[in-house]
Formats: sequence, structure tokens, C-alpha cells
Amino acid sequence: MNKYLLKLYITGCTPQSERAISNLYRICGEEMPGQFEVQIIDVLQSPELAEKDRIIATPTLVKDLPPPLRRIIGDLSNVERVLRGLDLEQTNG
Amino acid sequence: MPSHHFSQISKLATGITGFDAIARGGLPEGRTTLLAGSAGSAKTVFAVQFLAEGIRQFDQHGVFVTFEEAPADIRRNMASLGWDIATWEAEGRWVFVDASPLPGETEVIVGAYDLGALLARIEAAVNRVGARRLAMDSLGSLFSYFENHVLIRNELFRISAALKLMKITAIMTAERTQEYGDISRYGVEEFVVDNVMILRNVLEGEKRRRTLELLKFRGTEHQKGEYPLTVLPGQGIVVIPLSAIELKQRSSNTRITSGSLELDVMCGGGFFRDSIILVSGATGCGKTLISTEFAASGAIGDERCLFLAFEESRDQLTRNATGWGKDFEDLESRGLLKIVATYPETMGLEDHLIAIKTAIDEFQPSRVAVDSLSALERVSTVKGYREFVIGLTSFIKHREIAGLFTSTTPRLIGGESITEAHISTITDSIILLRYVEMFGEITRGITVLKMRGSAHDKEIREFSIDATGMHIGQAFRNVTGILSGHPRHVEPQEIGRLNTLFIDDEV
Repeated sequence: MNKYLLKLYITGCTPQSERAISNLYRICGEEMPGQFEVQIIDVLQSPELAEKDRIIATPTLVKDLPPPLRRIIGDLSNVERVLRGLDLEQTNG
Repeated sequence: MPSHHFSQISKLATGITGFDAIARGGLPEGRTTLLAGSAGSAKTVFAVQFLAEGIRQFDQHGVFVTFEEAPADIRRNMASLGWDIATWEAEGRWVFVDASPLPGETEVIVGAYDLGALLARIEAAVNRVGARRLAMDSLGSLFSYFENHVLIRNELFRISAALKLMKITAIMTAERTQEYGDISRYGVEEFVVDNVMILRNVLEGEKRRRTLELLKFRGTEHQKGEYPLTVLPGQGIVVIPLSAIELKQRSSNTRITSGSLELDVMCGGGFFRDSIILVSGATGCGKTLISTEFAASGAIGDERCLFLAFEESRDQLTRNATGWGKDFEDLESRGLLKIVATYPETMGLEDHLIAIKTAIDEFQPSRVAVDSLSALERVSTVKGYREFVIGLTSFIKHREIAGLFTSTTPRLIGGESITEAHISTITDSIILLRYVEMFGEITRGITVLKMRGSAHDKEIREFSIDATGMHIGQAFRNVTGILSGHPRHVEPQEIGRLNTLFIDDEV
């Protein structure tokens, strides 16, 4: 069973979107190997999902599980701050 | 379809009462207009109403983007204004884009971002309901949420450009911190939109006054200045256009009776059918009597009269009328008269104006008597009162109704009132009633000061009141200074000399 359930909202295939995706996979691979499930949602394809999660800005990373729910806006370029945002900073030593 | 006549921007009628008149047709079509206003200035009401009237009057669907209040709150708050948003949502005519903050959640910003998701949601919503109108309320929350204000301004510009491509007419609301000063916080108007309106809710002389100003409508015509407005239950915002009301009514030569044969003679044959008559005088000198005779005489020609009383109750008026030989109860039962007695303090002047308009629309009178107009002075500021008088006068003239207003002068003898100063130029006729003290006795004097488009008696005549009404008698002879309140007896020889100085050949 995956420990982390993450959703990354992006708007189309822009360099910004791609940066966010690669940053996210790198962080997950390094910090929570084998314990994560990532869903990439393109708002242009699925605006109704963005509506449900009330996404305004992209990229937005939503951590559904484990609670509490967390959101991180931006291309996730600062690893340390992403980890802190996901309540993962303690494992980072 | 927008017209491309000399690249002129066409207008989209909002359907908000009074607004389209001052905006010369409505909002610039296919453009975004900024609506700036301080807290409590009814920005959200305006934004919601813009969509609501589109749905109700023009079958134009709308998208409401909310950054502040949750959709559930908006639905509930607006129900009292008569807008059933939930039903429109179910019918696919209204859709919310909910961008209100999530409760209790903290957001972290790491790295570059944009508002692409918001734009994508807006586009999806517009396509889903086939929207022609959109409202965003309010931008301030967006700026307090995201720290990078330059980015947000750029993104808003991108959104308004996208709306233009989709031919959407939009309103964005923004906060102001003060009523007179910077247009909005965060300088949205400089970057994002071509058109700016300002809603104000100003405290003036201990009274709240709401106004709307169209600051700029790039490339299109509109009325300048601030216009009073009010928010009514079941109706929403009503803008009072004042000077925007065109004076396009025909001028009539048809005369109607004032109710007094002698006064008709003084006016050169009666009042004009579509004129405004101001009757001014101190308390108790016969204004209500003239109003009563004016109201009752309509019945002779089967004309309906609306009697708006702001000083006396309906019972008092009926009793007075009986004392002067007029049967108001009979006239009312025959549908020829309607008395509406209201205390001036029951509501603000804007609301009075709307109540009067509604009463006129319902009863369709050909005469309106207001006794007294000046009683309404005390519930408003000087500016507000002036706007009220102009608004009422233009409305009545527009309907080609004869309007008789009374005004109480503050002093018993001589003097003038604010009402006179404000409406004397708008009125077609002015009748002055004055107490005259002569040789230790008080008598009453009447004169027709002004009678637009007609010859009239220029003398000051004595009049008396008895059980059959008003009786106008002889002119005061050998007396000057009645109007100024300082009557002076003049020797007959002196009068003879004065008469030869100015020969009046007008009559």
C-alpha cells in the first residue's frame, strides 16, 4: 500500500509543467522510494477535477494522503521547502 | 452582434435599473470593466445583479468567479434580493467558479507558478453554459493570497484578454481603502482594464449616501459624475439617473384647471397639462388648500390624481378637504384620487423617489400633488435633496403629468427655502403665498411669480379661505415690499409716478 497519495495539477505541457513533474518525481524517488502514488492532472483536460479541488494556480501539488491535506503551489524547485510543505522535513535529517 | 461601425465599441445593456441610461446603453461589450468600491459599497450585489438581469431579461447566461465568499453564502445572501441562483444553476444558466479560500488550509509557494488553472476553469465554465457575461468578485482576495502582485496583475491581464477573445462582457470588482483617493488597491486599473466604475458609500452629514461614478469607459460615451443609487429588497441596485433623463417630452399647450377659477385667471387660463408648479409659502398660509383644490379638480375631467402627503396623515387631509367642501373619500372610492401619506423619516430619499415612481406607475395619474416637498429636506443632505428634486421633477415631466409641489418657507413673512433655490429653474410655474401684515392685521397674499410660456397676472392679490375653499380678491394697492417681508404703504401719487417708469407691454 502506498503511503503518499499525491496529485499534481498542471496547465498543458509547458516548460513550467515539465519542471514541476521532474522535480516531483526526483523528490519522491529520493525521499519516499516505493511509497508514493502520483497522479498528474492537466487542468485543460480535466477542468472539473480542478473545480472540485478549487485549484487556481498551476502547478499545484496536493497531498491527499496521509492527512493533513497539504497544497504546494509552484514548480517545486526548492526541495527543502517542498519537504517541509509535505511534513517530510524530519526524514530529511 | 457587436457592430464595427467606425471601430466604435458597442454596449451591452445590463438591465440594472437606471444604469444603462447613465452608461449610454450599458457596459462596453466584450470588454472587462473594473468595479472598485470600499467595504459595504454593494460591489458584490452589483456583480451578482449583472449576471442575474442578464439571465432574467436577456436570456444571457453567466459565470460567477468568487474569490471571497463561498457560493453557498452568495446563494443565501442574494435570495433576499429576489435572485434564485440555485435554480439558474440547475437550469444551466449560471455557473460558479469557486476560487474562495479553503478553510483552515495553509498553502506553500515553492517556485514559479501562474493562474493557468483559473483561466482553464473559467474557459470551461464559459463553454459549459454558453456564457455572455462574467463577474469576478473580488480581486483583493487574490492579491492577499498571492504575494507576487506583479505576476497576479499580468495574469489578470491575460484573463481579461482571453475573455475578450471569447466575446465575454465582464465585471471585476476590487477593494478601495478610501472613498476618494487611489482607484483601487494593487493598481489593477492601470494594467488590466480599460473601463473603471466606482461605487461609494459615503457618510455625509450623518447620512449614508450610495453613489456610482463611471470614471472611464475608453472609447465610448458615458455620463460623468456621481449618481445616487439604492439597494432595494426584491430589486437589487437601482441607479437614479437624474440628468441623464432626457427632457424630450413635448411641451403641451393644453391647459388644466388649478381648482380655483380665480387662480386660473391669474395664470392666464390655468396650468399647462405637463408642467411643474411650485407653491411656496409659510406654514398655514394655504399650501395644503391649493394642493387639495388641485387634486379634487382633476375629477371634473375624469383625471386621476395622486396625492403624496409628507406632513399630514390621510385622516387629517380628508378632514381638511371636507372643511373646504371637497369629498376626498368619494373621489378615492371612484378611483380618481389616491392618497399616499408617508412620514419622511421612514426611508432615505432614494427610496422615497423609487416609492413615488412606483406609485405613479401603478396609479397612472395625470396629476401629482406633493405636500410638502420641503418636508423631505430634513431626511437628507443638501446634495441628496437636490438630486432627489431633480430626479422627481424629470420623472414627472417625462410622463407628461402635471405636478404641483408645495414648499414651506422657514420664515412666516417673506423668505425663501432650499427647495425654491433648487427647483425654481426646473419648475414651469411658481406661486407664492405670503402673510402680509398691514396696519396691525395679518392677511394672506398670493402672486404668480413665474408662468413659463404664458402671460400671467403680476399683481399680488389678497385672498381668504372659507368653507368653500380659496377666494382671491383685489390686488394690494399702495403697498410695496410684500415679498421681502417688509410691506410699506406708499402714497398713491408715488405709485402713479412708478407706473410710468416701466410700461409693461408683455400682456
